[in-house]
Amino acid sequence: MRDQSSPSRPSRRGVLFGGAVVAAGTLAAACTSNAEPSDGGTAAQGGTLQGDNDKPGKKVTIGFSAPAADHGWMAAIAKDAEAQAKKYTDVDWKPVEPTNDINQQISAVESLIQAKVNALVILPNDGEQLNQVARKAMDAGIPVINLDRVFPDKLSYRTWLGGDNYGMGVSAGHYIGKKLKDAGTSNPVIVEVQGIATLPLTQERSKGFADTLKTYGFEVTDQQAAEFTVESGNRVTTNLLSAHKKIDALWNHDDDQGVGVLAAITASDRDEFFMVGGAGSANAMREIKKGGVLEATVTYPPTMAGSAVKLARLIAQGKGMADLVELQVPQSITLASETITKANVDTYMPLGFES
Amino acid sequence: MSDAGVDERGEAPVSVSKETPEAGPPGVPWWRRPPFDDTRHLGLVLALLLLCAVGAITQPDNFLSTGNTVGILVLAATIGVITVGQTFVIIGGGIDLSVGSVMALASVWATTVATQSYGPAVMALCAILVGTGAGVVSGLLISYGRLVPFIATLAMLVAARGLAQRLSDRRTQLVQQENNAIVELSTTKVLGLPLVVYIFLAVGAAGWVLLNRTTFGRRTFAVGGNPEAARLAGIDVRRHTVLLYALSGFCCGVAAIIIMARTTTGSSTHGDLYELDAIAAVIIGGTLLTGGRGTVIGSILGVLVFTLITNLFILNGLQTSDQLIAKGAIIVVAVLLQRRALRSPT
Repeated sequence: MRDQSSPSRPSRRGVLFGGAVVAAGTLAAACTSNAEPSDGGTAAQGGTLQGDNDKPGKKVTIGFSAPAADHGWMAAIAKDAEAQAKKYTDVDWKPVEPTNDINQQISAVESLIQAKVNALVILPNDGEQLNQVARKAMDAGIPVINLDRVFPDKLSYRTWLGGDNYGMGVSAGHYIGKKLKDAGTSNPVIVEVQGIATLPLTQERSKGFADTLKTYGFEVTDQQAAEFTVESGNRVTTNLLSAHKKIDALWNHDDDQGVGVLAAITASDRDEFFMVGGAGSANAMREIKKGGVLEATVTYPPTMAGSAVKLARLIAQGKGMADLVELQVPQSITLASETITKANVDTYMPLGFES
Repeated sequence: MSDAGVDERGEAPVSVSKETPEAGPPGVPWWRRPPFDDTRHLGLVLALLLLCAVGAITQPDNFLSTGNTVGILVLAATIGVITVGQTFVIIGGGIDLSVGSVMALASVWATTVATQSYGPAVMALCAILVGTGAGVVSGLLISYGRLVPFIATLAMLVAARGLAQRLSDRRTQLVQQENNAIVELSTTKVLGLPLVVYIFLAVGAAGWVLLNRTTFGRRTFAVGGNPEAARLAGIDVRRHTVLLYALSGFCCGVAAIIIMARTTTGSSTHGDLYELDAIAAVIIGGTLLTGGRGTVIGSILGVLVFTLITNLFILNGLQTSDQLIAKGAIIVVAVLLQRRALRSPT
């Protein structure tokens, strides 16, 4: 989701230079323990499909390819997919090395096609550029479950499953719009800290937000782009807080950069407004629970990876989804963007990912 | 080794005497010499005043508020500290492309669970040691490994970023509650300014003294101006080069402490593209990219110009892409002016 337009620059240059320094560094890295606080149990979900679908069935091999885990969200994607696959005794799990290099991802998927897996779960670095190889898989009779970033060509995937960027804006817009309306605020100052402005996903989020606010008679006062990093979130927010002496509400598109946004708010001693986040990180959920400026976050759940693996298994085994009348798995599933507040944070906590 | 007379002989033809620390009247002790011996920063000061005027006119309420001034100084602190180190490296005839990555690495290393369990002082020390260590590695590669500075620090740029990603598992590492002393550096205010601003000022002042009032500073000018002449004058050029990069790394370590305080995290994504900002600030601050000439004050003014531009753009609701264009234009204009100044006889 995050790095559609920013394939890892450093790592590619890294291939050329500095091998020796890396080797020395690796040795040093091994000496510093760095156990992250245990992951918030991103893999805890499961058993949501009814009926006997979870019972062992025909043995299937599922291949998996995704971008490198540059952010908490992407790290959670890989972890979640793997955890879900390991739950089934009838699934042979074949993940390939995650990479931000489009060519490498193409050849990785090709190797999975050669290996004749029964189904493929692909989160492409770029839907357009991975389209051809996905199509090749489909032509070879391997069903492709397209995760999140969509392939433009419908012949390239059997089922698409992903998040709703427009819906994130809608959820955030409803929370902010309703709260301000109920408080009787007129002409509120609503500011938005976006992710990378050039990404279509960012534009969709902002459009959903603006469209929803309009139904309350409000509009976005100011929006600034950050770069999905803690540091950029901090820098942009520090300046935004100066730009507006009084703010009523702030929507930050991304909980990873939200850590920096919150730090800027704390340093400025401002608390006249409330903030809504995006994505649903465990960290944001803890802040919401604690009570403070961050009142809510809207989800873009990485658990979609686990769901995609479940669907891949069902498709490969020729089963349908027990909650539907259909005999087969649907062609397209868009996740809902839910709003997490203090009232329901405990329910969502197990799904939160560590940023 | 004796330093008497070193500077006359070590001076390169390009490092015109007016720009060197020896410009003061001979025999006057350093504390009596004026801090500025000419008007070369006038342009930058004027640019800063102009930007302030634009801010005061377009956003009179917001721009002149204390909150905004503090915000600008806090944001300038991180890059400012890095720029001080970069100034030394560039005056010494080199370039350090790795500053952003080294800062990220230092912040990540300082926020590992192992380091955090020993408390804030160890975290700060760790950041500085890691930064300085990375600088020493670059310096050794350049002076004894005979790598071009551009290549050696480019290698460090990618390697340090990779190592930071590896150490952190590409996650954002929060500064834990019990180490809040780090975070408090940006929230605790003395005389209205957060402590990180004082760190910035202290590094700037120390840098100025080191460059203008010590043997180390004189040798830096000599090495950058003409390394062969410096060698003949008895300066251990290779050792001095290592020290310069170590100093730059040290500054990255200090900057890592500031960024940990500012963002409450250590992360491998910190300091992305800082090398460009730092080098640009040094250049528009009047330091020659070819070495031998430059000032710390100019670099700091350069950082303030860039930070102010970003601030003014966001205050006026303009987009990031426009900021980049403005920055680019400023760099070009500054370098063109510099070239004219060089051509004119001093």
